Amino acid sequence: MIELTINGTPRQFAGPLSVTQLVEKLDLAGKRIAIERNGEIVPRSQFNTTPLSSGDKLEIVVAVGGG
Amino acid sequence: MDNLIIAGTSYSSRLLVGTGKYKDFDETRRAIEASGAEIVTVAIRRTNIGQNAGEPSLLDAVPPSKYTYLPNTAGCYSADDAIRTLRLARELLDGHDLVKLEVLGDPRTLYPNMVETLKAAEVLVKDGFKVMVYTSDDPIIAKQLEDIGCVAVMPLASLIGSGMGILNPWNLQIIIDNAKVPVIVDAGVGTASDAAIAMELGCDGVLMNTAIAAAQNPILMASAMKKAVEAGREAFLAGRMPKKLYSANPSSPTTGLIGK
Repeated sequence: MIELTINGTPRQFAGPLSVTQLVEKLDLAGKRIAIERNGEIVPRSQFNTTPLSSGDKLEIVVAVGGG
Repeated sequence: MDNLIIAGTSYSSRLLVGTGKYKDFDETRRAIEASGAEIVTVAIRRTNIGQNAGEPSLLDAVPPSKYTYLPNTAGCYSADDAIRTLRLARELLDGHDLVKLEVLGDPRTLYPNMVETLKAAEVLVKDGFKVMVYTSDDPIIAKQLEDIGCVAVMPLASLIGSGMGILNPWNLQIIIDNAKVPVIVDAGVGTASDAAIAMELGCDGVLMNTAIAAAQNPILMASAMKKAVEAGREAFLAGRMPKKLYSANPSSPTTGLIGK
């Protein structure tokens, strides 16, 4: 098991897990999102090749209405 | 053509609008259409994990193919949070680098923290962002932001969402007179005359959200704002007549009156 903190909430997943696999597990595949891992942007082109480790802190964001 | 030029890109509308606070995405879409705006601000927020399957998206109502997105840092209270938010926005929007920086200092007034804003602006400009920056109406700070390399300075007219209108036209005038980049009034406009006054002062544009979204009829107010910005701009370009204190000047001939 690996434990990730996603948008401030701890969650557990069966590992190993890439960013692409996480995105699929979270039902976010095909959505326009951006991901930061431990304070650094993970470019979309690297989702597939970026493995996640226990303790990683992820921020997953979307665009919403705002002024 | 009298276009607004920001960072080398030309826009025919001088009205920039936010996409928040509308009843639904359909109202957002119709209001933005009626405003004629080409640049729309958006916020960057955590996605709701597990709750958004099939949920309509802002991107469908206001497609980035049709509008220039201006991702903002609303809600950020430190330079670091603002920088992280805009790096996420750039990734989200496929390398789009035109952004609105705002770093707030106080949750009650939403007044900007200019020390943090200056710090964030330095980092973002060096990182290749084209930064349009929300600022207090301090002419010295506005100039410093321009010197850092911000592509537009956006002083408040009054507090965000207050609808109090233009409270210090004198400061805005100093900022406009000093600036070599576009000056866009951002925040505080309440109704169409406020937008017209901003443009008559010589502002290059006006950015608003609540004035349209919180109107009883947002679509009609969006249309009013479009006209007000255009009218104010034309009045500025036309050059107003001088004000004459304590002396009138008739518009009709003073000779040829009957009975004399």
